[in-house]
Amino acid sequence: MAELPLAADAKPWKDSAAVPFIRIKNITKKFGEFSAVDDITLDIYKGELFCLLGGSGCGKSTLLRMLAGLETPTSGTIEIDGQDVADVAAFDRPTNMMFQSYALFPHMTVEKNVIYGLLREGVPKAEAKDRVADMLRLVKLQDFAKRKPHQLSGGQQQRVALARSLIKQPKLLLLDEPLAALDKKLREETQFELIHIQETLGVTFIVVTHDQEEAMTLSTRIGVMKDGKIVQVGEPPQIYEDPNSRYVADFIGSVNMFEGTVDVAVSSTLRIKSPEAGIDLLVEPVEGLKANQNVSVAIRPERITLTRHKPDGAANIVEGGVVEVAYLGNLSVYRVKLASGKILKVTKSNLLHDEEPISWDEKVFLSWSNAAGIVLTT
Amino acid sequence: MKRGFFLPVVAFAGFLFLYIPIVSLVIFSFNKSKLVTVWGGWSTKWYVELLNDPQILGAAWISLKIGVVSATLATILGTIAAIVLTRFGRVRGRGLLIGMVTAPLVMPEVITGLSLLLLFISMEAMFGWPAGRGILTIIIAHTTFSMAYVAVVVQSRLVDMDDAIEEAASDLGAKPMRVFFDITLPMIAPSLISGWLLSFTLSLDDLVIASFVSGPGASTLPIVIFSKVRLGVTPEINALATLIVVVVAIGISIAWFLMRKKVKT
Amino acid sequence: MTALRATSPWRKTAALLARFGLTGRALVIAVPMLWLLVFFLVPFLVVLKISFADPMLARPPYSPLFADGSIQVTIGNYAYLWEDSLYINAYWSSIKIAFFSTVMALLIGYPMAYYIARSPEPKRSLLLLLIVLPFWTSFLLRVYAWIGILKTKGVLNMVLMKIGLIDQPLIIMQTDVAVYIGIVYTYLPFMILPLYANLVKLDNAMLEASADLGAKPMATFFRITIPLSMPGIVAGSMLVFIPAIGEFVIPALLGGPDTLMIGKVLWTEFFSNRDWPVASAVAIAMLILLVIPIMLLRMAQSKGADT
Repeated sequence: MAELPLAADAKPWKDSAAVPFIRIKNITKKFGEFSAVDDITLDIYKGELFCLLGGSGCGKSTLLRMLAGLETPTSGTIEIDGQDVADVAAFDRPTNMMFQSYALFPHMTVEKNVIYGLLREGVPKAEAKDRVADMLRLVKLQDFAKRKPHQLSGGQQQRVALARSLIKQPKLLLLDEPLAALDKKLREETQFELIHIQETLGVTFIVVTHDQEEAMTLSTRIGVMKDGKIVQVGEPPQIYEDPNSRYVADFIGSVNMFEGTVDVAVSSTLRIKSPEAGIDLLVEPVEGLKANQNVSVAIRPERITLTRHKPDGAANIVEGGVVEVAYLGNLSVYRVKLASGKILKVTKSNLLHDEEPISWDEKVFLSWSNAAGIVLTT
Repeated sequence: MKRGFFLPVVAFAGFLFLYIPIVSLVIFSFNKSKLVTVWGGWSTKWYVELLNDPQILGAAWISLKIGVVSATLATILGTIAAIVLTRFGRVRGRGLLIGMVTAPLVMPEVITGLSLLLLFISMEAMFGWPAGRGILTIIIAHTTFSMAYVAVVVQSRLVDMDDAIEEAASDLGAKPMRVFFDITLPMIAPSLISGWLLSFTLSLDDLVIASFVSGPGASTLPIVIFSKVRLGVTPEINALATLIVVVVAIGISIAWFLMRKKVKT
Repeated sequence: MTALRATSPWRKTAALLARFGLTGRALVIAVPMLWLLVFFLVPFLVVLKISFADPMLARPPYSPLFADGSIQVTIGNYAYLWEDSLYINAYWSSIKIAFFSTVMALLIGYPMAYYIARSPEPKRSLLLLLIVLPFWTSFLLRVYAWIGILKTKGVLNMVLMKIGLIDQPLIIMQTDVAVYIGIVYTYLPFMILPLYANLVKLDNAMLEASADLGAKPMATFFRITIPLSMPGIVAGSMLVFIPAIGEFVIPALLGGPDTLMIGKVLWTEFFSNRDWPVASAVAIAMLILLVIPIMLLRMAQSKGADT
């Protein structure tokens, strides 16, 4: 079953004629009175690497487990490749899962772990062994076939878990926090390895993670979850550049948030009154806003320019005093206090080191263009 | 914190307290004198007498049979109970099952014995089964209280075990029975063995419950020992105690050795 | 996929059984459930029933619960327990003996558990093994061993007289003292194990923090160690107290004719007096006595599991 990987520029979710591979319709899961997953509808396309991103307890793992058949939905339907899987038990589903704890069988060798799924499917032993050998080569574990899980490092165990979940060539691979147990450096390397494997095999991946950086690196699309609901679905740049709510703006990366009220549109810019900022914030016009409506304006720290002297021609300029500087090597993070008492976070790349850096207690000007501010109503 | 003399001294005295009775049994089992505590020189004659005592040997055989059968039954039933309690979620009657599994652990033996005997008598009057009391009724009684111990031991192992391992097997296409035999059973095997040994020991050791539910022709070893020692110290029993200590010591040493070997590999 | 689902003959059978509510799951649950219902719960109901019956010279020797179309209940047996001082005394005596044995076991067991918990590996495992080891040998024979030690011409008196500490043998056998020794000896491991399990989890850094903040060792012990090991203390104490209350073998072998314990009374009532209704009433009364200690044990165990 050779499946074509999703071409890098193919975006079936933008094509209204494309048929989704997985259709989740109005799915709800209640534990007692508590709705872990609350009326989620979501389409995922063949060959995607879709990330479900959210904090702990947001329902992302529960949704994944319902796809695997390990939890039964309270209501709603799940279709995989056109088949309604409501009555299909976990052991009969065309999905496989990689568990957060890896869940390797401790009493079996690496080879036995990986071959287990094939034997359950009735694949002849000789063929199964060949496939296992190929798979172990793909995850670079060919020399560890006879080891038991406890004799492997964390990174190797992770690859056994991956190999075991891929060996049956599932239509859909579900990964629950696949990289969470690895240390930072290994995690970064493994992210790219995971993308490589996914592209080689062309399997559709759904990854659950709480790590926004991981989600940004891996995914074709991200679904941000909160309190059992999906609050935004989009490609990584879209989620970052154009968040649809205060929650998403705040959850992905860091952000400065101003509260304000809509004033009036001045030609091509929108004016928002914000006592917190001390100035009227100018942003690009947004449709559907009423005068005096309460809104938030989100500005990413790297979009703000920090200068000693008042810059010319910037749409938004405020004055403040530096209260903290954190030097991180490639960049520095400044915390600047405005006249209103509001503290803004600003990052500045450390490109030149001959210039005298801005330091504590200095009076500074903060400026940004009207394209930097994102107006949020929810 | 500085460690004084107090702790080691108390601990040492405590261990002496635990082991002096056992040591004295062993020493006096080799005493030639019938007067047990008056030393009459070394002798193994009580061992010879013990091995020629048909009453004790017969009782030991009955006890072994009851022990093996009841430990096996208790291990099966206790394991099933543990699985129901840890893996079946909130089934109906779960609270009742928890209560019935844990209650025998704290139930005074006299009450367990009395209640089972009264049950057996009532059942016999109503259904004609079990006909009379004997080995069968002792096996039922021992299975009932031992399965509680097995359930506790196996349950704690199951709770420690990552649920995801069984889910992974299921996800890879194994049906529930297959998951149990391929994954769950091998992983809880050590706790099954210790549960079995615990049940076996409890059964071999039980005097009170067996006294209530046994009948003519089904005198277990503890019943015979009790009837003998009630009349005073008997050198033959010292010899028997020594043999038991030796068997246990060998068994524990083997277990210890196997465990160390397993840790090393 | 669909082909996989419908054809297996096993599934057909399962589907058939499921129609009557008999899934494989239900069968698995039913096995231990039925066993315990029949051989654990029902027996108590039988005892409860008989405790409200009149003793009769018959087989079985008690009046039926249902006769002449109505429920026949008498509280005569309980009234009898209340009126006859033997039972009240046996109750009190059981509580007293169990209580003091528990205190003694705690006083001996706590330092032992503490010592083991603070020992380095592999010494710790070895000491722990030594605590558990006696349990695997016969309880009856270990109690019996004390007869040889405690009796008038026993080991203890011989040794004490030889070193000149006493010139008259101590009378210990067949007194309450021998019963105390027997109970403490038998149940000491039950005290030590939960205490150990609790103390071994005690973070040494906490004790160091207490010392660092200026507490003397004694203050650290009473203000940090003891409060934190409370679940272990309660669990261990209840594991000694509860079986001690119903103990039969120890008072029967080591105690004298005037050693009164409720377990022994029940035994005598049943085997010697053949008064089943009174024996049943004694059993029910004993259970009521144990309700509070058993609840304490439950609480301590769930607390111990949390920390």
